[in-house]
Amino acid sequence: MKPKAVKKSATKYILIALAVLFIAVMLAVPLATVLVYALRQGWDTFAAAIVDPYAIKALKLTLTAAGTTVVLNTFFGVFASWAITKFRFRGKQILTTLIDIPFAISPVIAGLVFIYVFGRIGWAYPFLQAHDIKIVFAVPGIILATIFVTFPFISRELIPLMQSSGTDEEEAAALMGAGGLRIYRKITFPHVKWGLLYGIILCTARAVGEFGAVSVVSGHLRGKTNTLPLHIEILFSEFHLTASFAVSSILVAMTVVILVLRNIVEYRVKREERSH
Amino acid sequence: MRLRKRNKVIPGFGLSMGVTISMLSLVVLIPLVSVFINLAGISFADFWKIVTDSQLVAAYKVSLTSAFIAACVNGVFGVLLAWVLTRYEFPGKRILDGFIELPFALPTAVAGIALTTLYSDKGWFGSVFAKIGIKVSYTRIGITIAMIFIGIPFVVRAIQPVLEKLDGSYEEAAEILGASRSRTFFKVIFPEILPAALTGFGLAFARCIGEYGSVVFIAGNIPWKTQIVPLMIMSKLEQFNYTAATSIALVMIVFSFVILFTINIIQSRVAKRAGGK
Amino acid sequence: MYVELKNINKTFNGFQASRDVSFGIEQGQLVGLLGPSGSGKTTILRMIAGLEYPDSGDIIINGVRVNDIPASKRGIGFVFQSYALFRYMTVYDNIAFGLEVQRSRKADIRARVAELIKLIGLEGMEKRYPHQLSGGQRQRVAFARALAPNPQLLLLDEPFAAIDAKVRRELRAWLRETINKVGITSIFVTHDQDEAIEVADEIIITNAGQVEQKGSPVEIYKHPATPFSAQFIGQSRTVENYAALNGFEHVAGFDRAIVRPEFIDVEKRGKRLMFESAAETGVVESIFFRGNLSELTINLGGTRIIANRALEAEEVAVGEEVSVLIYRLYLYNDSAVRLAENVLIRDVNTVFI
Repeated sequence: MKPKAVKKSATKYILIALAVLFIAVMLAVPLATVLVYALRQGWDTFAAAIVDPYAIKALKLTLTAAGTTVVLNTFFGVFASWAITKFRFRGKQILTTLIDIPFAISPVIAGLVFIYVFGRIGWAYPFLQAHDIKIVFAVPGIILATIFVTFPFISRELIPLMQSSGTDEEEAAALMGAGGLRIYRKITFPHVKWGLLYGIILCTARAVGEFGAVSVVSGHLRGKTNTLPLHIEILFSEFHLTASFAVSSILVAMTVVILVLRNIVEYRVKREERSH
Repeated sequence: MRLRKRNKVIPGFGLSMGVTISMLSLVVLIPLVSVFINLAGISFADFWKIVTDSQLVAAYKVSLTSAFIAACVNGVFGVLLAWVLTRYEFPGKRILDGFIELPFALPTAVAGIALTTLYSDKGWFGSVFAKIGIKVSYTRIGITIAMIFIGIPFVVRAIQPVLEKLDGSYEEAAEILGASRSRTFFKVIFPEILPAALTGFGLAFARCIGEYGSVVFIAGNIPWKTQIVPLMIMSKLEQFNYTAATSIALVMIVFSFVILFTINIIQSRVAKRAGGK
Repeated sequence: MYVELKNINKTFNGFQASRDVSFGIEQGQLVGLLGPSGSGKTTILRMIAGLEYPDSGDIIINGVRVNDIPASKRGIGFVFQSYALFRYMTVYDNIAFGLEVQRSRKADIRARVAELIKLIGLEGMEKRYPHQLSGGQRQRVAFARALAPNPQLLLLDEPFAAIDAKVRRELRAWLRETINKVGITSIFVTHDQDEAIEVADEIIITNAGQVEQKGSPVEIYKHPATPFSAQFIGQSRTVENYAALNGFEHVAGFDRAIVRPEFIDVEKRGKRLMFESAAETGVVESIFFRGNLSELTINLGGTRIIANRALEAEEVAVGEEVSVLIYRLYLYNDSAVRLAENVLIRDVNTVFI
């Protein structure tokens, strides 16, 4: 009995040690690198990089783009999950697959598609030109690309939750004459609220950090169409190493907040599932 | 249609379907189709010439081999991490679990510059490797490491729920039957998590090939050596060579659909088997 | 007729769930729709409720054709098989929901909910959530919720399916009593004949999308109108070559017969006092103790039949040869059923009566 128990705990500690080592080397150290390099030349350099007007403009643009994206994708996710889980209709499978397309596509291609609609070679270009609207190489293009990349995030969280709860409760309420809004507010929403929040958190994280797609459509106009990740890229490629890491640390701070929130929400979701 | 529509007791079908289809069309479908309409103008011979250009073929090789190696490493460590996180209790477990999600949440550009610096000749890890004569940043090794970084959560998160469902009784049953611990793992548990591991592997592989932000910095982008496929699209765009950019995009899209399709087949097989139990 | 279905047809993706269904229900009755799973009984219920729409035919409630009236305007209370209680609302809020939708006055709602909670005997549990209730309590809440807006018609989909066997018996009696007290016309769906016979005033048997028979439980039991009814009700067993049995002759057009345990008397060999000539010899294959009686499976020259034997009767053993007396059979073919009595005991029977 004893040798086996010893062997068991030895395996256990070796495996845990391997796991911790892997996480430390692959994930934790890169994260630490950002902070160490950001503060390498002292607090003043760090602060200067962050309060730099270009950095602040980039931060504002990032927040605008991410905010718009999250609002629109939440709107979409709520309606799409309702349509897909509460009704029977032909082509449902195809619809869900189409919604998932952005997951399967490289972010660079996600940016590319908007060049073909709104860019100089796009079919909508003559119209935009005539009305003096700029989309590609301007803020709307950045927002569109960000929406594209994060499009399925919220519906994907909601659909499995709503599928597992079935349609009986909604039918029962509709049978008693309740309207759509009341049904959603009183019956569906309480069931999906943590899942929805979880989706919003994931969507925010990805929207803030999106690089490839935005890089294609932004045109890199400093102070105009640079988001934080693009600003970081420019600083880095111009060898302003400390500044680029200082700006990165803003995003790292957001990431940490998001990860902590995610952990709390995931815990709530699991607890909710157990009790109902 | 009138008959179908009135067939709904729960309200909101028309509205929710309308919002879904119009937003999907505006954001995803119409832009995506526009790309291929653009491509319809060129002949297959031209298309073939573009997508088999020697510099591009070199980029395919870089992307595919690096992504494959990275996905394999992720497969092994993904199983290990999922196992440790579901089977053992130890202090700091929740922090470790939280770290898994880091590559999802950390902006790719930040990951890119951090890894590049870390593995450059003067970086913490790079300087160690430099002493034994290995260059990491600006080589395929660097690309692979960046891909391991972004791929790890896919595998862990695919396997974790399966392991959670396989509660201890499964292993206990095998142990009572006298199976050794390693035998229990490879004969009883491994077959159960294999489909999930393959799914995770496929997702990580697909993501690694498409990934741009975290790889492009550490790659160094030396033609024929360390250029990845998404970068080729980028550089064609910068040269305003839209046809070439689209052609490469098409190849990538086809490739990622093949991977997703394979994953779907694996999953439906598993669903069938689970249904038969 | 209070509820009337006329020539209803309904197809789901090529599967015909209802075939020319027609029947009527009197006001105040408690009706059971009984049939095997997949027989189309739930579809009928959902069409009456307005949760599904028929492809053709009319549904009439209280003299009004309701085909084009949405479910919420039909004045129907519906109890779902899974109860579909709103899991994020308390017992009180669940029952009050329908009244709130109708914008009833707060005081009225409070009074009505209190009245219903008293009716279902869950006083003091108003603040509980569905997951804090037992199966039986949930069913009562679902029942009260359906009744709250004073519907004209109550529909219940497999009301006892989700409850364990012991509580089920109590609930059946309770439901029957309560529905009688409230006096509401009700239709419930079930696949369990005991449940239908025990609870319903009237039973409608469905099979393969069609109505087989409608009648009181006694009628259905005693006079099966179709071969399906005859086989479905009771512990029926089919006998292929019934003319070989003592006392039965072949009737033209009827090739098979059904026998139920209550048509059979089993006695130990040599212990039968009368009609030995009318009896058969069979071999006991298995014996199940059923609480108040034993259920015997008897091999009668290759045909297996089921018979009951009182516990106080002398015990028989597996493998023992016994004397089996069959009083009557239902003869049937593809379209008709008729009763056949054992001719060798008929004369004496008349004397008894």
